[in-house]
Amino acid sequence: MPHIRIMDTTLRDGMHAMAHQFTPEQMAQVGAALDEAGVDVIEVTHGDGLAGSSFQYGFAAATDEEYLKAVAATLKRAKLAALILPGIGTCEDMRTAVKAGVKVFRIATHVTEADVSEEHMGLAKEMGTEVVGFLMMSHTVGKEKIAEQAKLMESYGADVVYVVDSAGAMIPSEVKEKVSYLCSVLKVPVGFHAHNNLGLAVGNTLAAVDAGATVVDGTLRGLGAGAGNTCTEVLVAALKKAGYKVDMDLYKIMDAATTLEPMMRRPQVIDNSSIILGYAGVYSSFLLHTYRAAEKFRLDPRDILLELGRRKIVGGQEDYILDVAYEMAQKKNIMVG
Amino acid sequence: MEKVKAAIVGPGNIGTDLMYKLLRSKYIEAAMMVGIYPESEGLARAKSLGIKASHEGINAVLQEPDIKIVFDSTGAKPHLKHAPLLREAGKIAIDLTPAAVGPYVVPAVNVDEHLEAINVNMVTCGGQATVPIVAAINRVAGVQYAEIIASLASKSAGPGTRQNIDEFTETTSRALEIVGGAKKGKAIIILNPADPPIMMHNTIYTLVKNPDEELIRSAVHDIVRRIQEYVPGYHLRVEPFVEGNKVTTIIEVTGAGDFLPTYAGNLDIMTSAAVRVGELMAMRLLGVYNRKEVGSCASH
Repeated sequence: MPHIRIMDTTLRDGMHAMAHQFTPEQMAQVGAALDEAGVDVIEVTHGDGLAGSSFQYGFAAATDEEYLKAVAATLKRAKLAALILPGIGTCEDMRTAVKAGVKVFRIATHVTEADVSEEHMGLAKEMGTEVVGFLMMSHTVGKEKIAEQAKLMESYGADVVYVVDSAGAMIPSEVKEKVSYLCSVLKVPVGFHAHNNLGLAVGNTLAAVDAGATVVDGTLRGLGAGAGNTCTEVLVAALKKAGYKVDMDLYKIMDAATTLEPMMRRPQVIDNSSIILGYAGVYSSFLLHTYRAAEKFRLDPRDILLELGRRKIVGGQEDYILDVAYEMAQKKNIMVG
Repeated sequence: MEKVKAAIVGPGNIGTDLMYKLLRSKYIEAAMMVGIYPESEGLARAKSLGIKASHEGINAVLQEPDIKIVFDSTGAKPHLKHAPLLREAGKIAIDLTPAAVGPYVVPAVNVDEHLEAINVNMVTCGGQATVPIVAAINRVAGVQYAEIIASLASKSAGPGTRQNIDEFTETTSRALEIVGGAKKGKAIIILNPADPPIMMHNTIYTLVKNPDEELIRSAVHDIVRRIQEYVPGYHLRVEPFVEGNKVTTIIEVTGAGDFLPTYAGNLDIMTSAAVRVGELMAMRLLGVYNRKEVGSCASH
């Protein structure tokens, strides 16, 4: 059975669920526990990547540099990763991140827009870091389109390309079809990143490795945008049971989850609006922003999410939540204050 | 009436859209279109409209002493070469590339300060769409921080934008500070592939000292009217609203559809702003520029 690499993103995707309010000290504690458990890569950044701290996505409690340095100082064997979305973060932010200890860049674009990542992948290679290409919202297009865009990333120097189910909208048969096709056309390893909006994160991740993916994402307790991600400690148990080789200690990754638990702001469950994220195919990090807009404009958050899905809004367009809520409120003739 | 002769360098989508806009101008004559490929569709189109076309690039323009204004819609690297040549030849350059040799100009905000410049830069589409809003809010409320999110239809973002996407965020951020007056600026760009394509959509968040919603709304309405004089498809989607010291405004730009489709409001606002600056400069050269009558020279 193949060896599976796990990249833990509790300290990046988990930031969404924390409204980006982890403190650097908390990150250092969680990072040390993940390192101890044998995680290969630990991703640390604002939920929306380098320079994500903003009105649009929420201001973080500290700078990316502070977070990265705090975690870098605790690591003995794991590699430190940072996410960047070209259009939000820049090459300058990447240079700062490398100085803070980053060894892996995960460079994310919408699944049809891979060509905006060429400059950033080139810089990451030049700086000697590992490069992971992240094709977000992979549920929106067919396997051929994903393959075309993944090949672009491969040509820019990506060492791994991920199928990213940002909206938690994929079902296992779809994951299998897309991942196995991608494995058949790429020279580099294929990765998979799940969200649990339809309760399928662990199942989809297993479907992905069965289809040939060898790098997968998880977060402790599933902490992440929407209904959260694949729960790392559950994934380790399930992969081991399925016979895959995983260089991680099951007890120690469970202990890491215990370290995280008291820091969580809300239980990571599949609430009603999260189901709609998966059902309508909406970017998972829209969830908490939608709750705020729904409260402000006195709307049902599910209506806002369905409309965002209808308009085919992509990752990063959190301002459309306001646009849609404002328009719905005007139609209902509700005074806004 | 006599018109000032202008050339367009770069016969791509932007150059061609510029050409159609200049054909309507009362003050500028689109005298020449130049490129570097003989088989260019843009050059053929210019020729068919009776405009002199050449594939010999900037040299063809330098040989025409009558041409006073040159719109450069090539790229940052070519413009860095063109700028000194044009300056030496005494021709005004209106730079639509990210080269930024000359000062940033946003017509609704600071054009009067730069009408005598020999080279001006048109910032970015996001800058043209959002800097005026920030400047208007800054005047009445004092902007500490301005953050803008520009959403563009994927189809309207060409290879130049895609390969150098940092140029957009960095240039726009700087213009929010230098022209918009924000103490600190931040810009984000998102490409959306939805079909039918989305209109150019910009959200402007500002953190202000004096959050008087009435004053801010009135200032924003005024500036929107001024922008509409040269970009008729520019409109508010969400009125400025205040939460604490944060002001949120959303605007949308529907393109005029001159050459580019209406969803390409991002390109339309660039070409419209460049034509506006060109016309004001032409009026000054013709001796008919009167600051108070600026409103009457709208190119549409």
